[in-house]
Amino acid sequence: MTAEVAVLGAGMHPWGKWGRGFVEYGVAAARAALVDAGVGWRDVGSIVGADTVRGGYPGYVAGATFAKALGWQGARVASVYAACASGAQAINTARTQILAGMADVVLVVGADAAPKGFFRPAGGDRPDDPDWLRFRVLGATNPAYFGLYARRRMAVHGDTLEDFAQVKVKNAAAGALNANARYRKTVTAEEVAASAVVADPLRLLDICATSDGAAALVLSSMEFARRHGAADPVRIRAVSTVTPTYPTTVLDLPDIATDSAAVVAPADGTFRASIARAAYEEAGIGPEDISLAEVYDLSTALELQWYEDLELCGEGEGAKLLRDGVTAPGGRVPVNTSGGLASFGEAVPAQAIAQVCEVTWQLRGTAGARQIEGARVGVTANQGLFGHGSSVVAVR
Amino acid sequence: MVANWFAGEGDDFRLLGTRCTACACVFFPREDGFCRNPGCAGGELAEVPLSRRGRVWSYTDGRYRPPAPYVSDPELPWEPYTLIAVELEAERMVVLGQSVPGVSVADLEVGMEVEVVQGVLDEDSGTTWTTWHWRPVAVGA
Ligand SMILES: [Zn+2]
Repeated sequence: MTAEVAVLGAGMHPWGKWGRGFVEYGVAAARAALVDAGVGWRDVGSIVGADTVRGGYPGYVAGATFAKALGWQGARVASVYAACASGAQAINTARTQILAGMADVVLVVGADAAPKGFFRPAGGDRPDDPDWLRFRVLGATNPAYFGLYARRRMAVHGDTLEDFAQVKVKNAAAGALNANARYRKTVTAEEVAASAVVADPLRLLDICATSDGAAALVLSSMEFARRHGAADPVRIRAVSTVTPTYPTTVLDLPDIATDSAAVVAPADGTFRASIARAAYEEAGIGPEDISLAEVYDLSTALELQWYEDLELCGEGEGAKLLRDGVTAPGGRVPVNTSGGLASFGEAVPAQAIAQVCEVTWQLRGTAGARQIEGARVGVTANQGLFGHGSSVVAVR
Repeated sequence: MVANWFAGEGDDFRLLGTRCTACACVFFPREDGFCRNPGCAGGELAEVPLSRRGRVWSYTDGRYRPPAPYVSDPELPWEPYTLIAVELEAERMVVLGQSVPGVSVADLEVGMEVEVVQGVLDEDSGTTWTTWHWRPVAVGA
């Protein structure tokens, strides 16, 4: 178990399709987080940007880009890329700097302006890149992988299309209460069923969209928080950034095949499960301690998978947990109280940070109409392309 | 485009992987640079054909045209393709591939036996790009 850092501030730019540059979104989120923290930008000792690969050089050097936009003031800077886990790695970079005594206050920012339609690999002929290969050789989009997982769950665990639809119904209802969400309408199971199939068995409303958006956090040492008058701040107790263990046995983005398990026996549990386990171990808590979870619902079916990977239930019991209302507001462990990616869409470098923003507001008791009663421990779960784990445990 | 991922004609068509001579781990797509087993100090990587048949791990389709670098003619209406993830028993690995044309998700079930056959990925006036396809054993000749 490691020492804790304080979450002094959280901020977002509302998600949507705004047609502007990612810097604008990121600066708005950063300013919101600084105001929330009651910290001036000049008092920030370090800034960490989660990279977007779609902005050319400014995107690749996100930390410095946000620092320049906010006004150069000499802070330390770092920029990190870990695909969908970029935000968690940015948080972890900030945390390690604080715990190492390199900075008292660190601003973490992730922002993106997503392209229309399917995500696609970077341009050029690059047959040494598995992400390029899966598109060129198979036309395998991200939803294709989500479809494979969904069909596999139906075959192995007996999940139904209605179960998947109910995840969307739940998350859309939460998103309708969230001013930062892109989609703010409730959705019915009938509407999910009536939407077009994208990748069998998943439909348009089973799959998250791509969005513009931003999220930011101000993290500090516990000592700074006390001096700053924050006696009982939300604290980050663990950040899991684990990689998989060879051999991986679940076909995963962007790979065309799994590793062979013929010679080396696979570890117990999947990569996704190991992400959560590492966070629990570092935090010194267990799944029974969790008040709420923000999980990476790229598809409705994938949310059910995360219930199992977070050990909120046993393997194959995800749909039952949903049906029993355990993961709904008022249930034992509400999941995606923010509305999740179902309501936000993907803004890749921002989403793992946005998950921590939601947990922060819930743990403070300031989540408004979405507020969960008595939330004490929140966990986030996410996974980045190319084997990046991402899970954060925050406590109050 | 992807050199030496498969070879042979007809019943001799096989996916090609590589096997580490030190630890016997098999890799597909072929790994020619280094053995990725963390417990292996590294051996030579020798080409090895993969099992011809396997069982469906899962399947899906693409109802919308994927972006480049997938090649498709934007002038033509989009024809959905089917993707099958196939579990090879001997290798204990799952390999994704398109199905042979004409097989839809309605023709498939998890656990069904399929075999690898040669197929065409796309062609232009000068070149035909070949690939591998999975074909249900019960359907194929
Ligand atoms: Zn080896």
